[in-house]
Amino acid sequence: DAQNAFKVRISIKTALGDNAYAWDANEEYLFKAMVAFAMRRYSSKSTTQISNVLLCNVTDRVSFWFVVTDSSKNVTTVPGSEVEAAIRMNRNRINNAFLLSDKTLQFLKITSTLSPPVEPSTPVWLIVFGVVLCLIVVGILFLVVSGIQKHKKKNKESTERENLEEKVEVTLENGIPCEALDLKAGHINGVFGADDERFTSL
Amino acid sequence: LSAAPEVSKEDGRPKWDNKFQYILSCIGFAVGLGNVWRFPYLCQIHGGGAFLIPYFIALVFEGIPLLHLELALGQYLRKGSVGAWNTISPYLGGIGVAMWMVSALVSFYYNTVLTWVMWYFLNSFQEPLPWSVCPLNENRTGFNEECYESTAVNYFWYRKTLNITPDIAETGTLQWWLVLCLASCWAFVYLCTIRGIETTGKAIYVTAIFPYLVLTIFLIQGLTLPGATEGLIYLFTPNLNTLKNPRVWLDAATQIFFSLSLAFGGLIAFASYNPTKNDCEKDAVTVAIVNSMTSLYASIPVFSVLGFKATTAYWDCLDRNIINIINEFDLPEESIMRQNYTSWISVLNSSYPEKIAGLKLKSCDLHEFLDQSVSGTGLAFIVFTQAIILMPGSQAWAILFFIMLFSLGLSSMFGNIEGVFTPLLELQIIRRSAPKELLSGIICLISFLIALCFTLGSGSYWIDVFDRYAGSVPLLVIAFFEVIGVAYVYKIKRFSKDVEWMTGRKLSLYWQVTWRFISPLLLLIVFMAFVTLQMQKPPSYTAWNPKYEGFPMKEEKVYPPWVQAICVLLAAFPCVCVPLVALFHLVKQKCRSKGPSFVPPEVFCQGTNS
Repeated sequence: DAQNAFKVRISIKTALGDNAYAWDANEEYLFKAMVAFAMRRYSSKSTTQISNVLLCNVTDRVSFWFVVTDSSKNVTTVPGSEVEAAIRMNRNRINNAFLLSDKTLQFLKITSTLSPPVEPSTPVWLIVFGVVLCLIVVGILFLVVSGIQKHKKKNKESTERENLEEKVEVTLENGIPCEALDLKAGHINGVFGADDERFTSL
Repeated sequence: LSAAPEVSKEDGRPKWDNKFQYILSCIGFAVGLGNVWRFPYLCQIHGGGAFLIPYFIALVFEGIPLLHLELALGQYLRKGSVGAWNTISPYLGGIGVAMWMVSALVSFYYNTVLTWVMWYFLNSFQEPLPWSVCPLNENRTGFNEECYESTAVNYFWYRKTLNITPDIAETGTLQWWLVLCLASCWAFVYLCTIRGIETTGKAIYVTAIFPYLVLTIFLIQGLTLPGATEGLIYLFTPNLNTLKNPRVWLDAATQIFFSLSLAFGGLIAFASYNPTKNDCEKDAVTVAIVNSMTSLYASIPVFSVLGFKATTAYWDCLDRNIINIINEFDLPEESIMRQNYTSWISVLNSSYPEKIAGLKLKSCDLHEFLDQSVSGTGLAFIVFTQAIILMPGSQAWAILFFIMLFSLGLSSMFGNIEGVFTPLLELQIIRRSAPKELLSGIICLISFLIALCFTLGSGSYWIDVFDRYAGSVPLLVIAFFEVIGVAYVYKIKRFSKDVEWMTGRKLSLYWQVTWRFISPLLLLIVFMAFVTLQMQKPPSYTAWNPKYEGFPMKEEKVYPPWVQAICVLLAAFPCVCVPLVALFHLVKQKCRSKGPSFVPPEVFCQGTNS
């Protein structure tokens, strides 16, 4: 019989904490009802009764063993594979009836299929990456463009300054550029003051 | 008329907007990832608070003197590393070249570490965090095997991030997600260094100050976590016996040296943009002390989080044992709590010893969990990420943590890039009229292309190789020649006069003694000890191999001969530049002396070159 019997382990306090309910005969009745419901749904025949589900060895843990008997076939137990399949199909309903989960209402020997994690169509990190990259590219473009503009302004300024210097340099004295005058050859008339007073200082 | 004579003296050299920018840049360069993930580890394994004794001794006799030397050098000569050493003596020009080379090599792989940080940052916006759950296997009956046997955090790091190969010889393929992150990291570095210190000077305000903010937030949060105080007490309690081990002193000396980012040339470049009449002595002491204080300050949240993680691991261990016992003996729930666990165990062991033995309970010892020490990338990407999962509001903590790591690394990258950029700018590799943006763009592009090697499957093994060989031994050699060069070739008397002119006061005896004798001696001892320790066993590495019997332990492997040859090349190439350039100049001098009629035009140009 051990082959068709299943051990169940329930951890109510772990799941519900302060809202934990006590495990008593009423809960056992509900459990039997849920297993019978599962068998009925699975095999679609309405022969399984609550009395077909037998619990034994209930401990303080809370844990117990149960078997499902088949009243139509002389007090034999329903094969374990059928029970397993039935429980698997209705696991969610059974869990919810007791406000528990797969981990806190354990059917030892029956593994549960794990739900896949939700995966969005585009990974989130790509979206964030796109945002970050756009910001960086905008920043670079801004700096490069402002650099080019500054460069152009500096070039314009330097050419303007060159023009200005040319104008200053080519001061004429009686139509002759000053550099052409050979000041050494001539005689400096001290009356007219020092040379540099001729030009206004900038 | 116009200020023509002054313009040529100013020579259009860029300068810092203000002194604070300069100090912040130096601090940002010195304060890097090592302050967060190497110093706390060293404190932990070398007797907690006792480690501070050799650390501060090394700071006083090695760190501060060398730092002052570099800053004074750059400030007085107003040139990058290559130009500065050429000015001191053409025979010592090799030191500058070696510095430039080391800066380049380190830039290549350092940004790849930032790539990993960026990848984790991008993944921190998900709920739940991707490193907290294992993915399912194909038929959805259980978890992915590799993930199940190690942990979800390990799996995310080794498989989802690195996609690591089991051996360094297996290169694997380029990981496209890492290539994308690498491209954006280099674009970010380009954005910040586009015009040299004009742009990094603005960026440094954020990247240098932000980590302190985040560290403070983590400090406050860390101290509120359960188990934090136990962690802090255990990890900081000094164990003076460890000081007998010479390894501790060596680690302290190397930590100070690498932590201050000496011998990279970046500090010389930063100081060269200063006005000459600047108190470099005070700057050096300030930067060194701030760097060390930051290391200490960073250890507090790190130890708090480690203590928290150890405590939760201990509680998990206890809980697992309790569940096993309760299930085995069918005891009611919550009959055994963590507090009365030990008494229950002794009772049950006396009455049912075989059953207890059959359960194979793990012994849970809090100190054992606290002793698990990790440094480097393991600390950030495995241990810390695991701790972050356990904190409430994990996304926010993860985002903050990774932005902080990114800023820490970025401000160090500025220094590295500056160490490469400034000498190239002075050597006038490109025409004067071409914009600076072009040169920095070329540097970033070439570095990106070379760094693509590190995004291969075996990339992280190569980064370890570069870190251990290119970023360690050459720096010690360069620093040694630096001190010897200034103290005995340039002569301390001349140098102290220069420093006096800059700072306005006489050099104290402390600097004279350390520059002349103590620092070179210390560097020599550290170098010898370091090399001896490396040579003691064949260079090996630990590989992540899912097919290894001891998995999830990492497999210890020896580097194949061709990799060992590359290691030697990486370490020797920068060092060899120093004698090579000296030899080159010696040969040139001999040729010149043989033919007196041949006078090279450079002789005339040297005087006008500012």
